[in-house]
Amino acid sequence: MSSLNLPWHSFEPFPRILSLDPREKSSAPPSRCPFEWASEQLDRSKCKIIAETPLSSSLSFLLQAEIFQEFDVQEDSVTFRINLSVLLDCLTVFGTSALPGTPTALRMCYRGYSYPLMLFLEEGGVVTVCKINTQEPDELLDFDFCSTNVVNKVILQSEGLREAFAELDMTSEVLQITMSPDKPYFRLSTFGNAGSAHLDYPRDSDLMEAFHCNQTQTNRYKISLLKPSTKALALSCEVSIRTDTRGFLSLQYMIRNEDGQICFVEYYCCPDEDIAEAEL
Amino acid sequence: MWCELCQENFFDEFQMEGVAAEHNEIYLELVPENLSRALKTAQNAKAVKIKLTNKHCPCLRVAVELPSLSSSSRMVTHDIPVGVIPRRLWNDFREPSVPDFDVSIYLPVLKTMKSVVERMKNLSNSIVIEANLSGEMNLKIETDLVSVTTHFKDLGNPPWASENGCQSSAQSRDLESMAEARIDIRKLLQLLAGQQVNPTKALCNIVSKRIVHFILLHEDVSLQYFIPALA
Repeated sequence: MSSLNLPWHSFEPFPRILSLDPREKSSAPPSRCPFEWASEQLDRSKCKIIAETPLSSSLSFLLQAEIFQEFDVQEDSVTFRINLSVLLDCLTVFGTSALPGTPTALRMCYRGYSYPLMLFLEEGGVVTVCKINTQEPDELLDFDFCSTNVVNKVILQSEGLREAFAELDMTSEVLQITMSPDKPYFRLSTFGNAGSAHLDYPRDSDLMEAFHCNQTQTNRYKISLLKPSTKALALSCEVSIRTDTRGFLSLQYMIRNEDGQICFVEYYCCPDEDIAEAEL
Repeated sequence: MWCELCQENFFDEFQMEGVAAEHNEIYLELVPENLSRALKTAQNAKAVKIKLTNKHCPCLRVAVELPSLSSSSRMVTHDIPVGVIPRRLWNDFREPSVPDFDVSIYLPVLKTMKSVVERMKNLSNSIVIEANLSGEMNLKIETDLVSVTTHFKDLGNPPWASENGCQSSAQSRDLESMAEARIDIRKLLQLLAGQQVNPTKALCNIVSKRIVHFILLHEDVSLQYFIPALA
């Protein structure tokens, strides 16, 4: 990775600095993202970008401090709200297709409340400076997804799910997930115009990395809410699927970047209660 | 936009006769799409013939001879309708004179410039282009949400010989001070998107707050592009 040297510029020193190859950052949230705004939450060990759809789901992108060459947060935690599509446009200012050997270096600085987020990107001696205005963070949804409340958990290799998700019947309004210690173990069902479809994964499947189901649970989720998370699925190597006692769904995608480091995309979604009450 | 081709570099045979001996020129107008469609079939052609004809209406006939294994070759003929521009309107189609610019600078690799301008287009409708005589050029946008500046350096400034004295304003200029113009970002992107290859020479002349003039030279084709500044 090239280091950032800006000989013909002098910057004020900023108290908070992160630097990394921006493509690692930009590759995970989809380039045409359905989320317009996101909150960035920084604490001493990680950088977390959280995008929400109103009240029913949230997608967050977690970068551990080790991914950055330099990572320095001086308060316990810093949170601000930012326009996500603007951020992505800025991060990919030198184009999205990286040529090998021409990395883009990124330096990100945020001085604090009411200051803009500064991005300094450099590629082949060309420097781009972005000043993105930040906003007061909205109150973030707390899904309160606690591991002690987890009822069922499976970990799948993503490749097994990718094809399945690509073929899901999108005319169905909901995706029904059944997890059970007995047959059918893990089942995805849709109810569309053309009929119902069920997709079963046996517990001894090669794709099943882990299977911990304690009781039979059947929950429905709006397929339109799940769709944005399939972009993360495409980049991930493994996905953990969990449900808790309330029927909330947690998807954790494990993404390996070019340097072999790991970052996570977490997705939370409420069950679709209208339908659940009407039909179950 | 002004594009010039050198006839002997493209054609083995070239023949024309203008309206009159003293005005030996022809001005035709046509839909560019039609010409590009006609030439699509010419990608692996043996020969291409262009001829001005008048069948039902004035047409530019593009006859493409395609290679074949047998002795008879296949021909594709397109008749592109054209309008003949009368002489009294010729004055509207003169090559614009090179403006008396403040700064002239070589452009960076157009591919880099294109991806930068593409992102900026997502964020803003207008772009400020500024440059000085020390080989530095900046592209800037500014909106309520974000301001982005891309800095290019070591670009070099073309040595405009003082052959016609009109560039005097550029010569007495402070090397560091920037000349700038705000232009429509879509027009700049049009120019950049149209360039399939990086031209051998690309330069940009800025008349402060009035016009940006691009000259692209590639092999024997020269292309000039004028983008007026926004108020």
